[in-house]
Amino acid sequence: MTEIIAVKNLWKNFGDNQVLKNIDYIINQGEKIVVVGPSGSGKSTFLRCLNLLETPTSGKIIFEGEDITNASKRLNKIRRKMGMVFQNFNLFPHLTVRGNIILAPVNLKLMNRDEANKRADKLLARIGLSDKAETYPNMLSGGQKQRIAILRSLAMNPDIMLFDEPTSSLDPEMIGEVLALMKDLASEGMTMVVVTHEMGFAREVATKVLFMDGGRILEEAAPEEFFTAPKHPRLADFLSKVL
Amino acid sequence: MREVTDWLVHQFNITFVVSNRYRLFIEGFRNTIIIALCAAVIGIFIGSVVAMVRVYCAQTGRLKIIDILFGAYLAIFRGTPIVVQLLIMYYIILQSLHNALLVAVIAFGINSGAYVAEIVRAGILSVDIGQTEAGRSLGLPAFRTLILIVLPQAIKNILPALGNEFVILIKETSVASFITVRDLARAGANVRATTMEPYFSLIFVALVYFCLVFGVTKLLRILERRLAKSDRNNSR
Repeated sequence: MTEIIAVKNLWKNFGDNQVLKNIDYIINQGEKIVVVGPSGSGKSTFLRCLNLLETPTSGKIIFEGEDITNASKRLNKIRRKMGMVFQNFNLFPHLTVRGNIILAPVNLKLMNRDEANKRADKLLARIGLSDKAETYPNMLSGGQKQRIAILRSLAMNPDIMLFDEPTSSLDPEMIGEVLALMKDLASEGMTMVVVTHEMGFAREVATKVLFMDGGRILEEAAPEEFFTAPKHPRLADFLSKVL
Repeated sequence: MREVTDWLVHQFNITFVVSNRYRLFIEGFRNTIIIALCAAVIGIFIGSVVAMVRVYCAQTGRLKIIDILFGAYLAIFRGTPIVVQLLIMYYIILQSLHNALLVAVIAFGINSGAYVAEIVRAGILSVDIGQTEAGRSLGLPAFRTLILIVLPQAIKNILPALGNEFVILIKETSVASFITVRDLARAGANVRATTMEPYFSLIFVALVYFCLVFGVTKLLRILERRLAKSDRNNSR
């Protein structure tokens, strides 16, 4: 299996607060890693360290064989290969749906405007929102916004997608459509790291589930084992509360 | 009654008609407008550049020395009176220019830039940090994220405060006469001094300033309302 991201001795402090404590982890191509844990466990920070939205206090992030922890100049190039989806969508409100999708590819000269537009049309058709291409984000439902945000990342043809609680700020009835798109991506072989509270998604899609608490990965297992035979008492306790 | 009209006509005559004094007011008005407009353009340019560099520096930790210099610029020009700045520019720094109007434009422009910088910076910082993170996570460099994503959203927050700053600038230009510029206020003062009659000259000048400021304020209101409308239709 090809290694996509290797995390080595990752520490992250916010002031005196140690949020990540010596994380080591390897993500291989095609894997779908789902990270669960109580709030404040460091799981979002872990995810945000992977594309350096948070700068690690110490340790290394190796992406496709390259140490990107101090690659300040190359970082923008590397980030193109790592799509990120946020809890609050973060669509650009001053641009149309199409504008949101083509902004980065056109501006970074990865595609010309025609190519980017075609790609946007294709992506929108895939989720059945072709008619929304010229609307502004404020006219969309939460589920539509999040699916557009996912398309915006896909337009860059990333090698890996990072999801930071993608369904946590959605109305319950919108969650399904976002998860469906994510499952779709997973089945196409996209490498994914997903921080979520959706245990059903973890059970169904994950190749590995990680349990984080107190800034450490306490357990790592295939979903079947993770949910039915948790080894760490903290995980057993957590599962008894959320399932 | 007769006496009052006579007095009014007489006052009007010596203030505006005799020796074509109305020309002084026109010249003064022209100079006031020139200073205010040019200084506003310079101020917006300087202010935007300073604000963007400072935000960029705060986000990336680069350009530290320039950031410190800009910080000093803001402290100095916001921390001293405009009259003193004007005098220092005219008699020390730009004394070789020998052009009071030009010195006034430059002095007011640089002064205004310091205030605009803080306005623009506050506007940029009012945009949700998630917007910057989304841009950066797509691989857009920090500065391009600022220009393409953050600034267009910041403008709505910046514009009202910028309008206020322009109104203040219009009124502040009345101290340009400290360095011999014949602006509107100076015209009033000169006419008062020659005619020894304060009523028409000074109240007329006040009226012109008021109309100017009132008009600009109204224009800005309209602009704000337009933006608010597009805000409701287009964003978030």
